[in-house]
Amino acid sequence: MLRLITFRFLFAFVTLWVVSLVVFIAVELLPGDACEAFLGQMAQGQRLDNCRVEHRLNEPAYVRYIAWAQGLAQGDLGKSIKRSKPLESVIGPRFRNTLILGLTAAALGIPLAIFLGVLAALWRDKKADLFISSAAIFFMTIPEFITGTLLISFFSVYLGWLPGIVIMRVDAPIIEVFGQIGLPVLTLMLVMVAHIMRMVRSSMIDVLASDFVMMSELKGLSKTRQVLRHALPNALLPAINLIALNIAWLMGGVLVVEVVFNYPGIGRLSVNAIADRDFPLVQALALLMASIYVGLNLMADIATLLLNPKLRTRQGAAQ
Amino acid sequence: MNDLLRLEKVSVGYRPIDSEPVLLVNEADLALGPGETLGLVGESGCGKSTLLLSVMGYFKPGLERLSGRVLFEGQDLEQISRDGLQQLRGGAMALIPQNAGQALTPTLKIAVQMFEALRLHSDVPAVHWQRKSIELFERVQLPAPEALLERYPHELSGGQQQRVAIAMALAGAPKLLLLDEPTTGLDVTTQAQVLELLTEIGRTTQTAMVFVSHDIGVIAKTCQKIAVMYAGEIIEAGTQETVMKRPGHPYTQALLASVPRLGQALMPDTMQGRLLEPLNAHKDSCAFEARCLFAEPICRSQKPAMIDTQGHCVKCSQQASITPFQLPDFQSNEAAGSLAPDQGIVLELRDLALTYQSTGLIHRWLHGAPERVVADVSLELRQGQTLGLVGESGSGKSSILRTLAGLQPGLSGAATFLGQHDLLVPVGQRDPEVLRKIQLVFQNPDASLNPRQTIRQIIERPLRLYFQYSAAQCFSEARDLMDSVQLPYDYLGRFPGQLSGGERQRVAIARALAAKPDLLLCDEITSALDVSVQASMMQLLKMLRTQRQLTVLFVSHDLPVVGALADHVIILRHGRICEAGATGEIFEQPTHPYTRELLDAVLPHS
Amino acid sequence: MTRHSLLMALLRSPSGRIGLGLVLFHCGLALVAPLIVPYDFNAQSEVLDAMGPSLQHWAGLDTLGRDVLTRTFLGGRQALLVTVFGTIIAITWGSFLGMVAGLKGGRVDEWIMRTVDTFLAIPFMIFLLLIIASFGNEPMVMILTLGFFYGIGVVRLARAATLDEVVKDYVQSARARGERTLTIVVKEILPNVRDVLLVESAMRWSWMLLAFSALSFLGFGVTPPTPDWGLMIANARIYMSLAPWPVLAPMIALSSLIIGINLVADALAKALGLDRTQARVL
Repeated sequence: MLRLITFRFLFAFVTLWVVSLVVFIAVELLPGDACEAFLGQMAQGQRLDNCRVEHRLNEPAYVRYIAWAQGLAQGDLGKSIKRSKPLESVIGPRFRNTLILGLTAAALGIPLAIFLGVLAALWRDKKADLFISSAAIFFMTIPEFITGTLLISFFSVYLGWLPGIVIMRVDAPIIEVFGQIGLPVLTLMLVMVAHIMRMVRSSMIDVLASDFVMMSELKGLSKTRQVLRHALPNALLPAINLIALNIAWLMGGVLVVEVVFNYPGIGRLSVNAIADRDFPLVQALALLMASIYVGLNLMADIATLLLNPKLRTRQGAAQ
Repeated sequence: MNDLLRLEKVSVGYRPIDSEPVLLVNEADLALGPGETLGLVGESGCGKSTLLLSVMGYFKPGLERLSGRVLFEGQDLEQISRDGLQQLRGGAMALIPQNAGQALTPTLKIAVQMFEALRLHSDVPAVHWQRKSIELFERVQLPAPEALLERYPHELSGGQQQRVAIAMALAGAPKLLLLDEPTTGLDVTTQAQVLELLTEIGRTTQTAMVFVSHDIGVIAKTCQKIAVMYAGEIIEAGTQETVMKRPGHPYTQALLASVPRLGQALMPDTMQGRLLEPLNAHKDSCAFEARCLFAEPICRSQKPAMIDTQGHCVKCSQQASITPFQLPDFQSNEAAGSLAPDQGIVLELRDLALTYQSTGLIHRWLHGAPERVVADVSLELRQGQTLGLVGESGSGKSSILRTLAGLQPGLSGAATFLGQHDLLVPVGQRDPEVLRKIQLVFQNPDASLNPRQTIRQIIERPLRLYFQYSAAQCFSEARDLMDSVQLPYDYLGRFPGQLSGGERQRVAIARALAAKPDLLLCDEITSALDVSVQASMMQLLKMLRTQRQLTVLFVSHDLPVVGALADHVIILRHGRICEAGATGEIFEQPTHPYTRELLDAVLPHS
Repeated sequence: MTRHSLLMALLRSPSGRIGLGLVLFHCGLALVAPLIVPYDFNAQSEVLDAMGPSLQHWAGLDTLGRDVLTRTFLGGRQALLVTVFGTIIAITWGSFLGMVAGLKGGRVDEWIMRTVDTFLAIPFMIFLLLIIASFGNEPMVMILTLGFFYGIGVVRLARAATLDEVVKDYVQSARARGERTLTIVVKEILPNVRDVLLVESAMRWSWMLLAFSALSFLGFGVTPPTPDWGLMIANARIYMSLAPWPVLAPMIALSSLIIGINLVADALAKALGLDRTQARVL
């Protein structure tokens, strides 16, 4: 058990290290160096030289990688080419905003998805299930920029209930952020709920067909207790990892949602960074997103280990 | 009417959208008085478990009660409200499930699951649940009951899980216990103990029991009354003694005859063909007619009525005219055993030790080095001999076969084939001729034949691989092989899914024979089959062995099956040999206590 | 299940019929659109401004006065081209590697899967954008990049499906016969994991289409003035309350294609009896 957790941590770090290497190499392999790319037409003469000196581009790649990695280990992400500012101050507040957006959507969406998934499984192939499942297919297939656009025109333009485009300073106080994120959260939630609901449904259907649920019925238990105590925990266990994978996978969607709503988070920042050819910023953002992915998976793995008696007590059984 | 349980013409099945209902249980009648024990016996798919669950008013999803009624203490289950039904279930009538390991909820501690039963079905106040559970655990002879309550189901052994399930059923002080193959999947020793416990509970508490099993030996030991099911119908019912000694229905006779018994060299092939599907096909005929040796035209045109002669009910119109089946006399295996000992040695093992399949580095670091499953196994197999390797699951017998076939690496010792080839090397490093000369037949033909290939493709594959035959040669050879395993040629175009279990196993044997092997490895090749099919499979194997001068290493958990085939027997336990010798000697004078235990579990020769 | 009976099973369910109809309609349209569209996709009418539907322009004009119907008919061609070939590449390399990993087991498996797990951690949207920003959005670049990133998940799936098969004795039997790895993968395992891969191809196709349209929405997918649904929506959405047609037409087109693919995937999974195990691997 302890070994398993140690291994997961170890693997998470190795993964991040490899990702940092891949990100660094990928950027190196791109045509032109960071300064040429950023300066574009003006990449010549003194200006280019200055830029290269400032960002140490005249040193060999492995030296820069080591310097970069050392910086990362100390929490120094490097320096933005465009803004000539430490990247922490560029990314920090935007990362906070994205976290607020993502966590709100997850906090509202996951319980709703589990609830709907259980209902759909219990009413399998009945009208309610068909309705929930069809709606899920619909929302998981429509691109976020379409749902987002439609939500804006309905809730904001037509009804005038919620602000459409987010207009706020990057480091606005949290209260103000919450006042603005209604529609972006809704957009993210629709996709997320659809995906997770489908997983919970099919996992629940598997469990409902198992011997132990049949036995709990033949023991004389009430339907509520059968579902809540016997079926649901066993249906959710295998789903935890999938939910984490899914949330991580939906991060790509955050990128689009932030652009649609003009929301100042790391998603929109990465699109801008790439459009600006600000490679140090891109590298830092890629690594940050990879860490979110790795972190989520790590949490899910450990949660599964702790919640699943079969894994938790393997050691105990062996003794 | 003082019956505790009464089933009147109960039919269970499902209704497809666009056709008539399909019956899994067809008009079953049963009656059981308080304290009586009834055994319901039949082969897989005969509807016995479906019938048992319908006694509790439960039908698996998709199934429903199509007609008839179930009366418990005179009360029609259909008339009881859901609350009333849930009060009965687990209370006055309790189920002991087939596989307790899967019937206990894996995420809940044993205590939680025990307390649920006590809360719903006993007057014990909450403060005493703990004490009561411990009492019940002691009742079913579970060791360390207190500690057990804090455990999760997977931390218990199979036998312990089954005992917990029994204790849980006893929590409601039931008047009727329903047992669905309660000992299947347990090893012989545990099986005997659990059966003893159940018999003792039935005797001391006067609880009525309905006992479902495919194993007529188990039923004969535990039940006063026996009902035999075939194709969804109860075709014979009576007291234990009548049914076992004077079976009236041709099916019951055939079933009893095909049960392997010790020292019986030949199992009669009493049933031809296979079950008709779907079960509706014999709506207006006798269910057994197609396979019956005594069938007359009337059996085909009219459903026979159940004829009751002093409590012995038989559903056969020819009952008066059929002659009771004669079990063949005891024969020893002399014909095979008298082989000259100076034949060349085909296979020799010296101090063989094995582990489970080797894995990756990370896996090894996480889960430790694989444990040893076989140690110190030595044996010698001569040309034309058949050696039986007997042991329960986990004894390492299959690992030995897999190693010899090159599917998993050996750890230490020596395995030599034909005096020169090392068999501890995996398939990748073996000589093609060695690969050809050793052929393995697997336990379960459902899995050993690729479901996406036709029988012809399956049988021709070794021919192409080893002999590079042309298409025409392949085809004629394939037809010859179909002849040898007694299958019709038109099966060559079919897929495995279109064949019955026994037929598939014949195809698997044909594929092995296609390579013209010197050594045939048989891994439990009859244990996935029903008894009636098993008998004919054994006959086939005996015939082929003589015809083709095969050397056979035959692995099984079933002593009588091995006894019927093998010249020599080796008994394995926990990966070590505990007894070895000529078949007759071992069966008549076992020296090891474990061998005796195994022998005791077998139905005696009648 | 043979090809013929699979098609029949697909057509038996209403969702399968609708889905297949939508997919075939879009594929057909992509092929013949240049021949049947009424206008040049880049021609601006004299109005030079957005206009509602009229007899000449059934779906109206966009803010530059271009015919919306023409641009919508043509707007899926690039997306279909890239995603169809991208899916083929992803499924091919992903399933092959996955089957080898599952069959070989041990260290080979460990190496392949650890590498796959690591690559799954790479935020591929950023990588896609980066590659496109540097190498341009030629279809070839997009096909290879999408094909690579979307194949990673296929490795996991194909491996899991293969592991289910490898434990079955027909694979062991082939190994014991001495068959080569390639023969086992192609002749024994592939026919048995084909169904899973078929459903997965449909799913991957729809996800890839989502990614492609997101890229072009962000301005990276195609170069203007090439018509593309994502880009059309991005350009016209600010004016949506004034001129809804230039937004709605590509939205309907894109959504109907993706929903169609998903309906087919769902119906396929049901017809092949895979709908309950879908959630196992992402």
